[in-house]
Amino acid sequence: MIVKRPPLNFWERLYIPAVVNGFLVTKKHFFSKKVTMQYPEEKWTVPPDYRGAPYLVKDEEGRTKCVSCQLCEFVCPPKAIRITPPGPTVNPAVGNVEKLPLEFEINMLRCIFCGFCQEVCPEEAIFLQRDYSLTGESREEMIYNKEKLLELGGVRPDTIKKWQHKAEEAAAQEGKH
Amino acid sequence: MSPTEQFLLFSAFKIVGVIAILMPMIAYSVVAERRISAFIQDRIGPNRVGPFGLLQPLADGIKFILKEDFTPAHVRKAYFWLAPAITMVPAFLTIAVIPFGSMIGEQKMVIADLNVGILYTFGIVSLGVYGIVLAGYASNSKYPFLGGIRSSAQMISYEIAMGLSVIPVFLMVGDLNLTKVVEYQSGGAWLIFQQPISFFIFLVAAFAETNRLPFDMPESETELVGGYHTEYSSMKFALFFLGEYANMIAASAMMVTLFLGGWSLPFFGLDHAAGSVGVGILHILIFLGKVGFFLVGFIWVRWMWPRFRYDQLMHLGWERLLPAGLVNIFLYSVWLWLRS
Repeated sequence: MIVKRPPLNFWERLYIPAVVNGFLVTKKHFFSKKVTMQYPEEKWTVPPDYRGAPYLVKDEEGRTKCVSCQLCEFVCPPKAIRITPPGPTVNPAVGNVEKLPLEFEINMLRCIFCGFCQEVCPEEAIFLQRDYSLTGESREEMIYNKEKLLELGGVRPDTIKKWQHKAEEAAAQEGKH
Repeated sequence: MSPTEQFLLFSAFKIVGVIAILMPMIAYSVVAERRISAFIQDRIGPNRVGPFGLLQPLADGIKFILKEDFTPAHVRKAYFWLAPAITMVPAFLTIAVIPFGSMIGEQKMVIADLNVGILYTFGIVSLGVYGIVLAGYASNSKYPFLGGIRSSAQMISYEIAMGLSVIPVFLMVGDLNLTKVVEYQSGGAWLIFQQPISFFIFLVAAFAETNRLPFDMPESETELVGGYHTEYSSMKFALFFLGEYANMIAASAMMVTLFLGGWSLPFFGLDHAAGSVGVGILHILIFLGKVGFFLVGFIWVRWMWPRFRYDQLMHLGWERLLPAGLVNIFLYSVWLWLRS
């Protein structure tokens, strides 16, 4: 490709129009609205499907959905998740009839936010949520335990309604007999 | 007290006063540079340290002092240490002859009322090149070396244009003493209106002499990764950095003195030497205000224009400004001769 370099005309050689234009452009920007976000005070809103930190969720009736199958622990590439399986025994009051995790820890310093745990979870109990800025004053503080993860995760309505189906199935079985 | 003792005492006071004003001015012109550049680029700039970021120089200073003062193994140590100091000194020496105010009491507000003021200034300014050239040479590495070479050629070229540009000023005033130059202008006959070509050449040359854009060849971040101060860190780098701003202040003060009437304003009776202390201080503030105007101009230009190419710089200096300066002297001398 040949780049054409036309000779400058008189006004361009004089440099003054360029000076004036330069000043007008910079003046316009000087007084225009600034794009800087004052970060700690202002924060951007992340989209709803943002993949931030993984947290445990409860269903709409307040039941822990995790059944401590440990698939997420196995799939986790940086080994950030540690589950201590045999949870408290089944509590019929809240309807948790499968085994719960006794302890569920995610080391947020190791987590790479890859989303494998969310993808692998058969119970849809762990989700990457909208937090992206996790801070703490010590390494211990950055290991989130079960209570913290459940609290941060909040409630995510269960579209499968597994326990309801189980109950209906059971009722239907009862009816047959 | 004998007159000598009195002279020494008042000179010491004036030196301390000038340094006490000059240092914060340097520090805050750095803040101004950062804020103005940020605003021009639609950013906000440093605003975290203190109200409106006004304590930023303090934070910067602490940072510069605490950083590791690293001396690379391949440098020529003596020159490497000498260069930053040499960069700072000429700017301060230039300030010494500039009348920054009229009178307070019986004292003239100038540190050294030299009768060869401008010659002294040019002598000192030509020393300014040594700091940068030495830094480039002592760093013993290719980019600083290129920066040093560019700087020597550039500063020598533009010093000639600068020297030629002020000759008509002194033809008109009839004295080399800068106090006399200001007194000549104080009635409102500012030399910028009488010698616009001189002012223009001096302004362009001042940009080149202070290594500011559009003539920051020695530094050229994009081509020479910082040029002459690539190998410097910590307080030694800070000295180059502050030296640049001190040079800007010195150049601004020079332009105010030569072309903008120094401490005088043509109205409100501020056009003659002060009779009272209050007016004397007001004159100093007027002078500082004019200097501030030029400093903002220096800063604004940096964020407005791209850098000249090296051959364009030389072309402008030798083939445009130098002949223009000579013609200006010639025409003005002829006019003076015809008038007499």
